[in-house]
Amino acid sequence: MSEMTMDTPKGGARTRERVAAGIARRYRSERRFRLFGLVAIVSALAFMALLFVSIVGKGYSAFVQTEIRLPISFDVAVIDPQGLRDPDEMRAANYGKLYRDAIHGLFPGVESRSERRLLNGLVSSGATFEIRDAVFAAPDLIGKTREIWVPASDDVDMLIKGHIDRRLPEHERRMSDKEIAWIDALAADHRIETRLNWRFFSQGDSREPELSGIWGAVVGSFLTMLVTLALSFPLGVATAVYLEEFAPKNRFTDIIEVNINNLAAIPSIVFGLLGLAVFLQFFGLPRSAPVVGGLVLTLMTLPTIIIAARVSLKSVPPSIREAALGLGASKMQMVTNDVLPLAMPGILTGTIIGMGRALGETAPLLMIGMVAFIVDVPGGFSDPATVLPVQIYIWADSAERAFVERTSAAIIVLLSFLIIMNAAAVYLRSKFERRW
Amino acid sequence: METAILRDTMHTLSDTHAPEGEAAPMTAKIEARQTNVHYGDKHALKDVSLDIREGEVTSFIGPSGCGKSTFLRCLNRMNDTIDGCRVSGTVMMDGEDIYDPKIDVVQLRARVGMVFQKPNPFPKSIYDNIAYGPRIHGLAANKDELDEIVLTSLEKAGLLAEVKDRMEAPGTGLSGGQQQRLCIARAIAVSPEVILMDEPCSALDPIATAKIEELIDELRENFTIVIVTHSMQQAARVSQRTAFFHLGELIEVGDTEQIFTNPKHKLTQGYITGRFG
Ligand SMILES: Nc1ncnc2c1ncn2[C@@H]1O[C@H](COP(=O)(O)OP(=O)(O)OP(=O)(O)O)[C@@H](O)[C@H]1O
Ligand SMILES: [Mg+2]
Repeated sequence: MSEMTMDTPKGGARTRERVAAGIARRYRSERRFRLFGLVAIVSALAFMALLFVSIVGKGYSAFVQTEIRLPISFDVAVIDPQGLRDPDEMRAANYGKLYRDAIHGLFPGVESRSERRLLNGLVSSGATFEIRDAVFAAPDLIGKTREIWVPASDDVDMLIKGHIDRRLPEHERRMSDKEIAWIDALAADHRIETRLNWRFFSQGDSREPELSGIWGAVVGSFLTMLVTLALSFPLGVATAVYLEEFAPKNRFTDIIEVNINNLAAIPSIVFGLLGLAVFLQFFGLPRSAPVVGGLVLTLMTLPTIIIAARVSLKSVPPSIREAALGLGASKMQMVTNDVLPLAMPGILTGTIIGMGRALGETAPLLMIGMVAFIVDVPGGFSDPATVLPVQIYIWADSAERAFVERTSAAIIVLLSFLIIMNAAAVYLRSKFERRW
Repeated sequence: METAILRDTMHTLSDTHAPEGEAAPMTAKIEARQTNVHYGDKHALKDVSLDIREGEVTSFIGPSGCGKSTFLRCLNRMNDTIDGCRVSGTVMMDGEDIYDPKIDVVQLRARVGMVFQKPNPFPKSIYDNIAYGPRIHGLAANKDELDEIVLTSLEKAGLLAEVKDRMEAPGTGLSGGQQQRLCIARAIAVSPEVILMDEPCSALDPIATAKIEELIDELRENFTIVIVTHSMQQAARVSQRTAFFHLGELIEVGDTEQIFTNPKHKLTQGYITGRFG
């Protein structure tokens, strides 16, 4: 007995000693861990900043476009030789001649055919359509002369934006000394300016970089996402609710659960192949159409939404279910009145993450023909369309120097949409979030 | 020693409510016969036959895990919601078997309300909490009627004075005792015939407990009440009849006074004198 009591303080002292020796080590490892965490976060942020800086740095110049001011004379003899004002006749008129005459008029010394062709090349071929549209918008222009801003060709644009180096020897750059001299003369005459590139935000794709725009892809993406959301959200939530709240727990539902989890891990291109086989070849739906793109992306997004929805349904406390059932709510009432509203923040977050992934998806859409070169802005769900990431892919693959900045600009647009969607997720989550 | 104290608390009770002898049967609201419950392989409730009398408070006592909650949940078929739970035997309410396939559980639970051990208000306003039951069952024809139901339920639950200025505040923002009374008010709002309470005071302090006990005594006038409790004093204070469970079996049931003063079974005696459990 007495030995025991003698022993206790000694034992206590030893414990204290041991703990003291260990404490320094514990704190050291904690500090080390925190340092690792900090390093990880800082490097992640640094990479992100690098990404943003490089993309914005490369892409912002695509938001402006070099234009040339030309004194266009809207010659009746060219536009409407018969004087009938027949829209079909007028549409077929040779508007290209108008801007070519105008620029030749500015440089009367240029006589030879080849030099004239070079001179014409300063102006984008898209000027033809813009002049035509100007005539159709204001027919009283016919017979008058007006100063009109028309887009410059992509080479002029690149020179003005500094992407073509004047100091290189002539044979090593894309522009001859003669062309540069003409451009300088136009600039000295205040006939060259970089102006807001509205074409980029309002046009579809084009072979000419200076005429190409992102709008077609934005509309295509929007229509595709609309189909995806309209199908995958209700289907996904309904599936999750059924599996979580109504389905009996047996081997069959276990198999379904395992399969859903597996589907979430399948490479997206496989869904593209499935879409090709089922929607295009079997059901004969149109190629390159947002409706098919949306269907394929629905297949891909569904598992994500189902899994997220099930997790958030599971996290609703059982006491809430008991309360509802105990008051005589039917299962359906319990789900719609109590469980779903509480699970909504999680479901929405999962949905938006899934939609974000779908918005950035390229591979499955390649399989159903959405990679095609499409000039027209799609007007409906079955029109041929392309989507933002595919547009980025197409431009990144193009040879012209001017497509480089457009690629980055398209990435900026895509990233902005993703940021908006994520912000919406955060907002919706905080709006729906309730404590219990 | 313990029994002596209990006998003291019993006094007030027997003044107000003369104990009926076993020979003088009262109408039974619920009759359970040979009720068995299995959770998977586990036989949790064995051949329980018990009558719950109308207009009385019946308390279930017994050591932890003896099946009190399980039996209570048989009475409004809350066990249906548990996977792998099987109930056999008959439970008759007003002469109808509540496990009959013809019986609708939704309707049953509107007649048999339940208050849980942990207060579980909905994450909604106080008003919406009380209005929940009337709304899902369509008990109120218009907004005025609903207001009326909400106010009288809160009044009956003794909560009205405390919350009448903040009906739109979240129910989860109340204190534990207030939340439990809110849950009782919520159950009352449906006007059930029976209210089941599973350890309604176990998360509450003595003052809140006293309030709820008072409330139970008042509610007895209009409702048949079954209460599970671990506090023998509480059982003695609020109930007219007491059932003692042990290891899934009903050992003894009788008038509360008789159970606490003169238990017939030695297990009951051991339990109420604190020798085990
Ligand atoms: N959902 C369940 N699944 C499996 N077994 C269960 C389940 N619920 C209860 N049991 C078992 O059934 C038996 C009775 O449980 P019950 O909850 O009825 O006890 P109790 O008397 O209410 O106990 P306590 O006083 O601790 O609440 C216990 O042995 C318990 O382990
Ligand atoms: Mg219990």
